[in-house]
Amino acid sequence: MAGAISALNKRKTGAAHAATNESTWVRVTLISVALTFLALFLFLPLVIVFTEAFAKGAQVYFAAITEPAAAHAIKLTLIAAGIAVPCNVIFGLAAAWAIAKFDFRGKQFVITLIDLPFAVSPVIAGLIYMLLFGRQGFFGTWLGDHDIQIMFAVPGIVLATVFITFPFVARELIPLMQEQGKEQEEAAITLGASGWKMFWRVTLPSVKWALLYGMILCNARAMGEFGAVSVVSGKIREQTNTLPLHIEILYNEYQFAAAFAVASLLALLALFTLVLKSLLEWKAAREHELAVRAASAQ
Amino acid sequence: MSEIASAVLNTASPFSKPKKTWVKKSVLPGFGLSIGLAALYASLIVFIPLAGLVLKSLELSWPDLWAVISNPRAVASYQLTFGASLAAASINLVFGLIVAWVLVRYEFFGKRVIDALVDLPFALPTAVAGIALTALYTTKGWVGQWFWLADIKVAYTWLGVTVALTFIGLPFVVRTVQPVLADLEAEVEEAAASLGASRWQTFSRVLLPALLPSLLTGFALSFARAIGEYGSVVFISGNMPYKTEITPLLIMTKLEQFDYAGAAALGTVMLVFSFVLLLLINLLQHWSHKRTGG
Repeated sequence: MAGAISALNKRKTGAAHAATNESTWVRVTLISVALTFLALFLFLPLVIVFTEAFAKGAQVYFAAITEPAAAHAIKLTLIAAGIAVPCNVIFGLAAAWAIAKFDFRGKQFVITLIDLPFAVSPVIAGLIYMLLFGRQGFFGTWLGDHDIQIMFAVPGIVLATVFITFPFVARELIPLMQEQGKEQEEAAITLGASGWKMFWRVTLPSVKWALLYGMILCNARAMGEFGAVSVVSGKIREQTNTLPLHIEILYNEYQFAAAFAVASLLALLALFTLVLKSLLEWKAAREHELAVRAASAQ
Repeated sequence: MSEIASAVLNTASPFSKPKKTWVKKSVLPGFGLSIGLAALYASLIVFIPLAGLVLKSLELSWPDLWAVISNPRAVASYQLTFGASLAAASINLVFGLIVAWVLVRYEFFGKRVIDALVDLPFALPTAVAGIALTALYTTKGWVGQWFWLADIKVAYTWLGVTVALTFIGLPFVVRTVQPVLADLEAEVEEAAASLGASRWQTFSRVLLPALLPSLLTGFALSFARAIGEYGSVVFISGNMPYKTEITPLLIMTKLEQFDYAGAAALGTVMLVFSFVLLLLINLLQHWSHKRTGG
């Protein structure tokens, strides 16, 4: 234990040692290069969203985000995310439970498959549902006969959003639950707890931060998805327009201030997501540190 | 399949002969339920629809399929998509390493905020990124005007596409390199220095090889993300056929013309490529974990 602490200290002070450190001008150059790069690609895009949004004054801004078409787009975006996130939470918990706590053949392959929606182009995500449920699709005639509309309607938008955000929760939970092992759950079961009781009292509390983290990322992506939704929505104003699609329509109509005003809402959501994410990371790191300290104190 | 699994789990008593099953026995409950639910959901949402895509493209005869895939307009779109993605991933490789290095090794004002902001491209919707980057990089934009002085147009050219793809892939290299760099033992560097290596020699001979797997993983992730990107590119590219039209956009165009089989054929090409890339990334990550012992 004492050895580990001294090693840690050594590592900290070792970094400041002259022989393993860069000269001041190298440091300054590297920091400037990094900051310039980030400024060009991260900060300026963020700043310009807000300056362009208010370019024609606050009145235009508030008119743009409160007009009926915008209000409807906000509602539809909330509905899509409100369905996609819970669906993927249930899937994520089920997949993570099976993968992390049991040994079965083909597990590595299954983990790779879960990542597939990340690797697939959003346009393809929309395309696949179009091929299934579109008018010329596999189920197109049957759906038409029964007067069920999936494409160019809310169900299509929800489906595309669910596909795009499919891996988020699962991939946060799987590595954590693998690392945690299964001793605690085994103890709970051996002591007579029912399966659900074990889940609510042991499993869920130990993954709550990772779950929340996955949900936040899932939600951000669900609300911001453009490509996939663009294929399946048909972009009918006040019917199948989500916020990102609404931005595109305004932009293509040269209503730049309005487009950026709506964009600023999503930019705020992104910033809020980053703040929450940092908070959760900090919280998880602190709990981990406390656990390590408690373990080493014994 | 899940029912078989749970049946095996329930019936296998300690007295029966150890059978070779595809799942190891465990006292924990819920394997059948969880794997069944996950498999059903994944099949309905992901695998069956993706299989439908491949099936649809096979509706075309081989010559027709080849004609769609090798059409000059499609080939031009592959060239742009792959070229710009490669360029963007390379930019991110170099600058991502510098950003990760600076964030891990140096202290400066605002470091924590900057560290958190690196994830912005993950959180910012692509359409927002698209219009913001376009506004910045047109010939009248804050950044684009300086390029325009040198007679370089950024927005509405392949350069603009590269800018958008660089933004999209920015966090990957930083986030894969950062933890590896933070975990490197200082002793190795001290040893190199005490044996007479210059700082640059230590970096190129000791640190860089140790970082290589994570750098490559980040590069591949950034490349894979860029290949499929649509939202941010459509605004900045100008979407001129043969010139600034990326493959996802060409798929979109075919869909709007109700050429479903053609769209499916191009989609299948992209899907196959994405899948190969995904397997490659997994191999790289495996290698990376082995190297760092994590």
